[in-house]
Order: sequence, then structure tokens, then C-alpha cells
Amino acid sequence: MATTFTLNGKSQTVDVSPDMPLLWVLRDTLNLTGTKFGCGMALCGACTVHINGEMTRSCITPISSVAGKKVTTIEGLSADGSHPVQQAWIAEDVPQCGYCQSGQIMSAVALLAKKPNPTDADIDDFMSGNICRCGTYQRIRKAIHRAGAAPVGKAKSA
Amino acid sequence: MTAAPVLNRREFLKTGAAGGAALVVAFHLPGSALAAAQDHEKKTPNPLNAWVRITPDNRVTLILGKSEMGQGAMTALPMILAEELYLDWKQVSVEQAPTDPKIYDHGTGGSGSVAGSWLPLRRAGAAAREMLVTAAAQRWNVSPDTCKAQNGGVLHGARKQFLTYGELVADASKLPVPDFNTVPLKNSDDFTIVGHDRKRFEAAAKSTGAAKFGIDSRMPGMQYAVIARCPVFGGKVAKFDATKAKAVPGVRDVISIDAVGQGAFTSGGVVVLADNSWAAIQGRKALNITWDEGANAGESSDSLRKHFIENAASPGKVVRNDGDADTALGPSLDKAAKKIEAVYELPFAAHACMEPMNCTVHIRPDSAEAWVPTQAPQWAQGVIAQVSGLPPEKVNVHTTLMGGGFGRRYQADFVMEAAQVAKATGKPVQVLWTREDDMQHDFYRPASYHKMQGAVDAQGKLAAWKHFQTSTSIAAVWDKNGKEKPEASEFATAAFIPYETPNFRVEYALAHSGVPRAWWRSVEHSSSGFVVESFIDELAAAAGADPLNFRLQLIGDARKIPDFTNPKQGKPLDTARLKGVLQLAAEKAEWGKPLPKGVAHGVAGYYSFESYTAAVAEVSVKNGAVNIHRIVYAVDCGRPVNPSGVVAQVESAAVYALSAMMKNAITIDRGRVQQANFNDYDMPRMSEMPKIEVHLVMSKEDPTGIGEPGLPVVAPAVGNAVFAATGKRLRRLPIRAEDLA
Repeated sequence: MATTFTLNGKSQTVDVSPDMPLLWVLRDTLNLTGTKFGCGMALCGACTVHINGEMTRSCITPISSVAGKKVTTIEGLSADGSHPVQQAWIAEDVPQCGYCQSGQIMSAVALLAKKPNPTDADIDDFMSGNICRCGTYQRIRKAIHRAGAAPVGKAKSA
Repeated sequence: MTAAPVLNRREFLKTGAAGGAALVVAFHLPGSALAAAQDHEKKTPNPLNAWVRITPDNRVTLILGKSEMGQGAMTALPMILAEELYLDWKQVSVEQAPTDPKIYDHGTGGSGSVAGSWLPLRRAGAAAREMLVTAAAQRWNVSPDTCKAQNGGVLHGARKQFLTYGELVADASKLPVPDFNTVPLKNSDDFTIVGHDRKRFEAAAKSTGAAKFGIDSRMPGMQYAVIARCPVFGGKVAKFDATKAKAVPGVRDVISIDAVGQGAFTSGGVVVLADNSWAAIQGRKALNITWDEGANAGESSDSLRKHFIENAASPGKVVRNDGDADTALGPSLDKAAKKIEAVYELPFAAHACMEPMNCTVHIRPDSAEAWVPTQAPQWAQGVIAQVSGLPPEKVNVHTTLMGGGFGRRYQADFVMEAAQVAKATGKPVQVLWTREDDMQHDFYRPASYHKMQGAVDAQGKLAAWKHFQTSTSIAAVWDKNGKEKPEASEFATAAFIPYETPNFRVEYALAHSGVPRAWWRSVEHSSSGFVVESFIDELAAAAGADPLNFRLQLIGDARKIPDFTNPKQGKPLDTARLKGVLQLAAEKAEWGKPLPKGVAHGVAGYYSFESYTAAVAEVSVKNGAVNIHRIVYAVDCGRPVNPSGVVAQVESAAVYALSAMMKNAITIDRGRVQQANFNDYDMPRMSEMPKIEVHLVMSKEDPTGIGEPGLPVVAPAVGNAVFAATGKRLRRLPIRAEDLA
């Protein structure tokens, strides 16, 4: 069954079962592997994307529910890593294994869109759905504060 | 009386590279593949091919011989090469080595990558530098003594001539390779790269979704496979009906594969092959399988605990016996002495890497190719060679990035399964594990039970220390002596502690279990650290002594204590360095300063992987919940190659330790793991994080391990702080509400 949606700014049509989660459409049908599989039950946040700007766990989002909507994945944040949140992640040397970081960044971008200068409590509330097994939480927090201090839409210079 | 040398992780990995992998794989290899795997004669390879590739336009690619699993090897190891080569880091790229155990010591683990690569990479880099300098000297017709390497080229000072490495490499590559044992190394006073913070090489790729993990591997025509495995360890398929599974859209085939090797090696099972991961997962749900549950169906955490308690009622095998602890703790013990007895218990723990296990393999008639997130590419190569019947040189294993390793990815079970499926189908296949598969078919950190007895005399000296341990040891699974000589299990490292006592007895009894076990971050130190550093704290409290001073007194004078488990080759414990980190952590945490009501400090110090770590935890307990405010570390791991990478590893180990202390345990019922996903095996979340401070001793000793040493001190430091705050002593992990009531 054909489903059409906007993916990273471009129109996309896929012909898959309507109940196939967006996560697997992205990874297997469209070969966009930046969005990761961690649990399949929306417990870990590795699969986080934006749908119409809202933070969403793609592992439990059937593709049928995405029809006509705007989907943004980690690949869509920037062509070259220049998004201010990505720049903050690099400046703070956040990633270790890196597997959770696409999801962390997508959650962080959604947080900053709602709260450009989040408090630590805001960060706790918003980011606690994203697990990091390598324990980079302290650096994620620092990177969010750093990106928050930068004007939205402009890359902060190193 | 001393125990047989322990097959500790470092030794297993060393022999794993040179022959131990052949030993382990040898249980399963037919003759020809075994001969090939044993042919590990390491001739000195040309460093300008094996380690450093330079293009004529002076771009330099450094080759990484270890796996990058988040621990920072991809940055730290190239830093060592770049230093000896006088490179400008901006001109450096890094590439994963091809799998070739004749050249590379691939096995990654035991906190051994930087420690084990330090001298070999310095020598390789220095040899390459010498070849490039010699080529320049020949080109200029001058003595090499008048030339020096700098900024990615060679300078002749007097004539102010400069040639880039790119201009020299063609000639340099043809020169004889200098003797690695005698090639002069750069003076460490001149280091400009090693010892200075360096951002992770692949940080940008990991922040854009561009970094490719094992699970991201794609091959033309690739099928996706998931495997239904018996949930009971050692069980197998009795019969199955795939009719409904084959009817699921996207499913291409359903086959079965056999269990291989020892009972814990692979489970075998029913394989669903499909066009995409989702179809494979859905297809597996539609299988109808009857299991033959086998001999382990009766095992449970309760039955195991009964077994531990039965074991503890009799003497164990002696691991160490100095003096006579039993007599010293008996009726003759001085009335003024304080005697303590305590039982400590720890459960199985799962690795829970964020990227579930997976492996992508294509076996063709005369060659094979695989993309494997592995800490042991040489073993993966051997396994695929075995299954395909091809010689290892025809098996091209690409080591990918991986979403965590922690020891889990040293195993070859997930490689074996994928090789079996690839061989059966002839197609490129990715075997994908779901989170439930990963949680329930792990090789777990062993469960253990410890009976501690000790006494402090009226002078504050340790009169006796007796440690009885029983566990489901790793050695019983992996070491051929593991069952016959249980006292040689990994837990024997508890016989090597820094506290002086004339009466020191350690006993061990093996508990039998069908649950698979292997190396989990910091291995037995994850348990022994908690037990030893909590019990010494109990003795301090009994003696009415300050916990920090008590430890410093009992560690005693500056001396080097030989490694009891490996006196000939193990690095001795340098008591001055251990006291150094204890004192530094205490100083930075302001130990002894009055704290707000309800807030308390606890301390722990430990020697593991040849490194010294100490932590002070600052804790309060409210409404039956432990709130960790901060953990202050002091770390001495020799010369830090990448100090910011060292700090990152300690922060990481702290969170890993906290998960096992605060959040989760693996429990067994009817021979199977009860936990399935993060709903019943949760991880610490952002909102639960203490502040973590790490202070490094900027030592000039050779680098030692850091991936794991941050872990053993966390649970005891926190537990000791909880005691200081509440008077309640934690003796089992994870913390339960009733332990604080």
C-alpha cells in the first residue's frame, strides 16, 4: 500500500504494509540508517525523529499514521553537521559509542525548539526518555546548555 | 599455599591473539582451519603499509588495529603513531585495519588497547619515521643525523631543505624496516600530542547519523534474519510449524540451525529470512514451535541461592591461606578485638549494549565477506572460515563501529549463527537480534555469594580476613580447568588485596548453573570491589575509625605487593599509588568537612587492570530512596594518552556501575531469564545522574587500563556513604527499599 509523506523536505512515497513502523521504513526501505533500533517499545529513544516538528519514537509509529506529514530524521538536520546542536555535540565531545546519539540529538533539538534556554529540570524532563549506556549524560546536558546559549539557526563558532 | 595461575581476561586476550583464539576455536575447528589459525608467525610488517599510509599529496591515514566501541581507541591509538611520526593532526585520517591476525593484535578488551599498543605503536611509528628520514637523507645525499622529522615531513636544518612525507614515501617504503626492538623512540619530554586532550576522531560522524554500525551494514540482495531460540538455556527445537510465518508478507524462507560447540556457545533455533527486519520479526511471531527445554529447565534464582547457601556451609577450595584465619577468628581472639561477619550477594548482570547483537555475512564458493561489530575480528574470521570451509585469508571481516561492547562483542555466538545461515542460504544475510533476544541470550556477569569474616584488634590492625566466595564462574564455562580447579576461577583476584593482615584466607566453591557467563565490564572486580571495599568499611566502623585513615593505615608503607594471581608476569600493586588516589579523591571531595544534615561521604579505592582508582560518593537518603549528589574520582592509569578520553571512560564506567547498583538485575526462573526489555531491566536516566568529577594523576609511568577501572569503586563508595548517612549497611545489589528501611 502506498504512503506518501515529506521526508527531510522532499516528497517520499513508499509501498509497504501500513503497520510497518516508520523506523524500519527509514532503515530498511529507504536505507536511512542514522535512526537507530534499540528496543522496539519506545523505552530507549534511539529511534527518535520529528513528525510535524514533534519528538516521536519511530519504532512504534506505523507508517500509515505518517501519511501527509513532515518527517525529519537526523540526516535532515543539516547537510554537513552544521546544525547548532550538532556543533555543540562536537564541541563538547559528547559521543562515545555514538549509537544513542542520533536519538539524543533529535530529542535535544525538539527540547530547544520549545525551550530555547532550558533549565536542568527541563533537560531532565525532556531527555529522560533517551538512554545512553555509555553514560554521556553529563556531556549531553552541557551540550544542550551550550546550544541553548547560541542563537537558534546560527552555528556557534568553535 | 598458592592457587594455579588464573586465566584472567588480559591473558585470555593475549593468548587469544597469538594462539588462545586458536585454542578456543580449536574446540570446534576441523584440522586445516586449525592449522591456518595457528600460523600466527608475526614477521615484522612494513610499517608504511601496515600502520601508516601516505599519499603523494601528503595525506596520512593511520591504521587502527583495535575495535572502536566507544572507549576511544580510534583516537588514542592513532595519537601514539602521530606522535612518533611528528604529524600535524590535521593531516590525519584513521582507517580500521583489515582482519589479519598475522599483523594485528586485534582482540579488544581487558582495558588493554592503549596499554598493550603503547610500545608496539611507538616502535612502528618510530620505524616508519626512520625510513622516511633515511629516504630524505639519501635524496639530499647527507647523513640522516642532520635531518629531523617535523610537521609531516623531513627537514635538513643547515640547508633548510624540507620534503613532505608524501614526496618521500615511495622511496621510503622500499628501504629495509628498522629493528623494532632498537629503533630510537621520541623523547617523552617532547610529546606534543600524547598527553594533550584530543576530541574523538569520529565525533562528527556520530553526531550526524553518518557513522555506520554493524546493524547499518547493507549488501545488494541482502536478506534480514531473526532467530527463534529456546528461552531455556541449553534447550532446543523439538518441532516447529512455519506455515503461518511463511505467509507473513516479506518473509522469504524459514530454516533451522543447530546449536554449536559447548552448551553455552550458540542456542541454535528457527531462522526467519525476510526482505526487511520488520517482516522477519513479524514472521518469527507467527512461528509455532515446541521446545525440548532440556536439563536446565529447573534452574531459578531461588534454586541458585539455595545452592550458594549449601556451598557456604562447607569449606571451599583454598585459594590463599596466610597464617590461620580460622583460629585467629576463633575463641582465642582478643576480647578487645572487634569481629564482623557479613554475607554479600550479587546477581547476574546483562551487558545491554545499545546496539543489539547482529552480524552480516555473505559466503560465496571461494570467498566470504562479513561486517561485524566485534571486539574479536580474528575469532569472527576463524568461525566464518570454519563454517564455510574456506581458509581464513579468504574471509574478509570488516570490523564496524559498534554501539557498545563491554565484553559482549568479544563473543562469537552471533557470528556463528550468521555464518550458519549464510552457508545454508548462499545469500548475503544480516542476522538481527531484538532487544529481547539480546537481554535473554547474553553471556552474563556471574552471580556470586560471599561470606566475609574479619577482625580488628585493639591497635586498629587487621587481625584476620576470611573471604569465602561461591559463584557461577566464568572460568567454568571457558577454561578447561574451570570445573576441576574451581579455585583458579577469576574470583581468585580477591586473594590480592592491599590490606595487610597476618591471617588471610580466601576460599572458593563453584556453583553449577546452565546460565552462560563471560566477561562484563570489569569482570570479577565488579563484585569483588563491592565486597572488599564494603567489608573493609564495616571493619573501620567496628573499630570506630575514620574509613579513609583506616584504609591508609592498613595499606601500610610504600611497597610493591606482587600480584598473587600472577606473581611472575602480573604488575605488582604499588601501595604509594593506591594511597595517592585515595588521598587525592578525599582532598577534592573535601573529606572530613562537615556536611549538611542527612548528607554523607563514602570512600573506596581499588587496583584493577594495573590502574588505581578511588572514589568518594556524596549521598543522602530520603523516603527510602538513595540520592547520589556527586562522585569524585581520582585516577592513576599511568601516562594518559588522551586525558579527555580517560575522563570520558571514567564517567562512562560510573554510569555502568550505577545501573547494576541502582536499577537492574537478571533473574532466572524455569531455566530462563525473566527480564526482556528496558521496562524490566532499566538503565539510569538523565534525571538520575549524579555529578561526576574526575581528577587524573598526570603520571609518567607507561599507560595502563582505563575502560574498566572506574567501575569497581562506585558501588562500595555509594554503599559506604549510605551507611554513613543512615547506619544501614548495603550487602546486596541492586539496592532494595527494604535494605534502607
